[in-house]
Amino acid sequence: MEIANLPDLGPIASELTLAIGGMALLLLGAFRGDGALRLVGYGAVLLFGLAAVLVIGQPNETVLGFHGAIIMDPFAKFMKVLILIGSAVAVIMSLNYLEQEKLDRFEYPVLIVFATLGMLMMVSANDLLALYMGLELQSLALYVVASFNRDSLRSTESGLKYFVLGALASGMLLYGSSLVYGFSGTTNFPSIAEAATGHGMPLGILFGMVFILAGLAFKVSAVPFHMWTPDVYEGAPTPVTAFFAAAPKIAAIALFIRVMMGAFPEAVAQWQQVVVFISIASMVLGAFAAIGQRNIKRLMAYSSIGHMGFALVGLASGTAQGIQGVLIYLSIYLVMNAGVFCCILAMRRAEGMVENIDELAGLSKERPVLAFVFAMFMFSLAGIPPLAGFFAKFYVFVAAIDADLYALSVIGVLSSVVGAFYYLRIVKIMFFDEPAEPFEVPLAREVSIVLTLSSLFTIFFFVHPSTLISLATTAAASLSSGAVAVVGH
Amino acid sequence: MSEVPILSLVTFLPLIGALLIFLGPNDEEAGARSARSMALWTTAFTFLISLYIWVTFDSTTADLQMVEKYDWLGGAINYHMGVDGISMLFIILTTFLMPLCILASWTSITKRVKEYMIAFLVLEALVIGVFCAQDLVLFYLFFEGGLIPMFLIIGVWGGSNRIYASFKFFLYTLLGSVLMLLAIMYMYNEAGTTDIPTLMEFDFTADVQMWLWLAFFASFAVKMPMWPVHTWLPDAHVEAPTAGSVILAGILLKLGGYGFIRFCLPMFPIASDFFSPMVFTLSVIAIVYTSIVAIVQEDMKKLIAYSSVAHMGFVTMGLFAATQQGVQGAVFQMLSHGWISGALFLCVGVVYDRMHTREIAAYGGLVHRMPVYAAVFMLFTMANVGLPGTSGFVGEFLTIVGTFQVSTTTAFVAASGVIFSACYALYLYRRVIFGELDKDTLKSITDLNRREVLTIAPLVVATLFFGVYPLPIFEVTQVSIEHLVSGYDAALQAHNASLGIVPEPAFTFEPLTTTPPAPAAGHH
Repeated sequence: MEIANLPDLGPIASELTLAIGGMALLLLGAFRGDGALRLVGYGAVLLFGLAAVLVIGQPNETVLGFHGAIIMDPFAKFMKVLILIGSAVAVIMSLNYLEQEKLDRFEYPVLIVFATLGMLMMVSANDLLALYMGLELQSLALYVVASFNRDSLRSTESGLKYFVLGALASGMLLYGSSLVYGFSGTTNFPSIAEAATGHGMPLGILFGMVFILAGLAFKVSAVPFHMWTPDVYEGAPTPVTAFFAAAPKIAAIALFIRVMMGAFPEAVAQWQQVVVFISIASMVLGAFAAIGQRNIKRLMAYSSIGHMGFALVGLASGTAQGIQGVLIYLSIYLVMNAGVFCCILAMRRAEGMVENIDELAGLSKERPVLAFVFAMFMFSLAGIPPLAGFFAKFYVFVAAIDADLYALSVIGVLSSVVGAFYYLRIVKIMFFDEPAEPFEVPLAREVSIVLTLSSLFTIFFFVHPSTLISLATTAAASLSSGAVAVVGH
Repeated sequence: MSEVPILSLVTFLPLIGALLIFLGPNDEEAGARSARSMALWTTAFTFLISLYIWVTFDSTTADLQMVEKYDWLGGAINYHMGVDGISMLFIILTTFLMPLCILASWTSITKRVKEYMIAFLVLEALVIGVFCAQDLVLFYLFFEGGLIPMFLIIGVWGGSNRIYASFKFFLYTLLGSVLMLLAIMYMYNEAGTTDIPTLMEFDFTADVQMWLWLAFFASFAVKMPMWPVHTWLPDAHVEAPTAGSVILAGILLKLGGYGFIRFCLPMFPIASDFFSPMVFTLSVIAIVYTSIVAIVQEDMKKLIAYSSVAHMGFVTMGLFAATQQGVQGAVFQMLSHGWISGALFLCVGVVYDRMHTREIAAYGGLVHRMPVYAAVFMLFTMANVGLPGTSGFVGEFLTIVGTFQVSTTTAFVAASGVIFSACYALYLYRRVIFGELDKDTLKSITDLNRREVLTIAPLVVATLFFGVYPLPIFEVTQVSIEHLVSGYDAALQAHNASLGIVPEPAFTFEPLTTTPPAPAAGHH
């Protein structure tokens, strides 16, 4: 290969778009001042749309770039589209909120663009260095966004907590990476996979793998690395919480899958037990700890811990079927999450946002449609058919059963019953209790559009589920066929 | 005939009604009025259309009829609907009871009428779907989906302790069902399909059958409900509005029995046989114990709820006897209990609407002011006891006869339950209807009005007609049940043969109990 040759930029077209576009938006904001929030915000949404088009336009096969450091395959396409949707929705949901809370600074959408850029790189990483670069780019932007309401003590505290613990996790991940590099002599996933085969796997690689796992578990907020989640969720401004709960989680799970299936496909037996443990722990803790919560955002934090546990059930099975389950899970979770946070944004009185779930009392009398939609999201999160959440759980557990993980499955479904309790309690407060003071402010137009779309998806998913399922099948197949090819070496 | 997707039509027609109600007037008064009549018309219309299923039903074959099959989840999970002799009548039962429920809630529901009617129509659609579904995932979808409207019906329109009851109802049934869901997933992975007819042909190994059976049992036993997981039922019944209780007792309890007959018996015959002593034990405990518990109840609805548990004990007993009479009797008992218990709850609802209490002690001497009511209540009390001439007798008798061929002890103990049921039913009747009318509050109570007569009359007709002439029901179910029982026996024989104990077990195992009736059954 000649030095003068530029690397093929095709596989990273969407990342380039975001990088250049993000900087352009930054300039635009700097020239126009803080009044430009809406302009910059819609610009960011446009950028996400453009990037999504570029992602979808990529060929349906595995393409490597930058000497194998970057990979672009149907799996990456699927995940990137999800992330872009999540980010775009997060920006749309936040505009009105930021204006009302006098936080309308143009940096917000720009930071989201850079965080998203980091996420896309994570999804495409095929090398420990690319992984770390993407992860840090994402994290740094997120730390800032978490403390975006810098005059609020809670918000700055949450940003600081997130930063300190996040740095710790990054440290663990780096330490693990260095061990893996030291013992395998490479940072490239397929090459690591060759070094880490079967019983001959050096102990150092195993150690490194566990450290990497710990770092990744922090990013997906899986137990026992979940402690930051409730505080950050509660402290951050609500639209930021909505963003945190969706796109970064999806990127982190994608990375999780990529590392485990790409770099350690032969060590399934070793990482499977770890993933099974954190999956069980997350589901159980998410279910039980949420019962005592009164703050809706803390409750959603525990709920998201539990949901990540369910998503990891699919990964624990270590099969293409399992990955397919994870992909379906994440897609549906993304939509439900957006919907729930739209409902939370509606919890606003003249004096400002309210976050106590008791404030929802009797919502079904004052705002029947909103209450109905909120209730449907709750039932869906609990996994009750025929709502979308049921199908999400169905596919991950099918894979787990197929991989003979019976204990995991039984504990998982039982914890989903426990989890149903606190979701039902919200329904109970809205429908069975006597009305509290009504919420006065109607939803902003863009938020109600997001709410309408997500509720339609959640309620009517069962009518035509096959498109999403077959897309997920294709994406999952691409990943494991790559893994198989590596095994074949 | 099969050109019209009749099953989907019947299933989703109530949803169209629900949509129309949703789009109807928003104003409180007008909305309520139009919701009521819309719901009544929809359910009545659904009933008429469902009768078409009965008319065109071919009762000479055990095959699925009116089959519809479309791609759904991609791959092996499809939208597959169909009916056979077992499921068809349950659809009719559902569509038959629904208009009566709407009528029963006509004046007693005054708040949020629109939402109430929507919840009922959605519930109807889901329940009909359960009986039509011929794919396990589709079945589960309808089966569990029913929890949402029922949860809201109990929680929003229920009595004072409704929140506790609704949570208990929801979580109990969900807990049972998720285990079944895992079993469904296992079957999907193992057999590569969730198509019910295909799975019936699929032979699971004996070990696997045991686990799958237990998982399905967990779900259906809760739904049924069987002792000792029945405790959600009295709470749910007491707190639910009258029509909710009717649906709960009349239809939702039948989902458990239907599940046993549709899945446990034909798909896991070896496990069903293995566990049948356990089911018999639980059934007779339910029959005797809950009957005794019913005697001491002070709340009318609770008493009827416990009697439902006892009657469902007859059903499980008959089903797992797995003889022609036992299964026939169980199906008949489920149908007949559907309208008898529904009618009893309606009767309680009648006095509750007037007095706003279900306390037995608050009543007495009603016969002096409400002669028609007393007569109707008498009829259903007797039907509940199982008096010959009412449909309650036919089912109980057949299940006991069917069980007698398999286990005399079980049949003997179960028969004593009939006596207990006479105790609690007659005792209830005496305290409520007979005696002096000495309570001031009751002095001005009025007899059944025209709407109430209209609500209860169809149930009176059904009870008496099928009590003296049960043949129409047997004609429909006969062939399907024969097919089920012969398949069950064949699977057991094959299993025993494979274990190398060819003719022995039939004789060494059961001569004490089955030798006398066996030849009689053979001559049939």
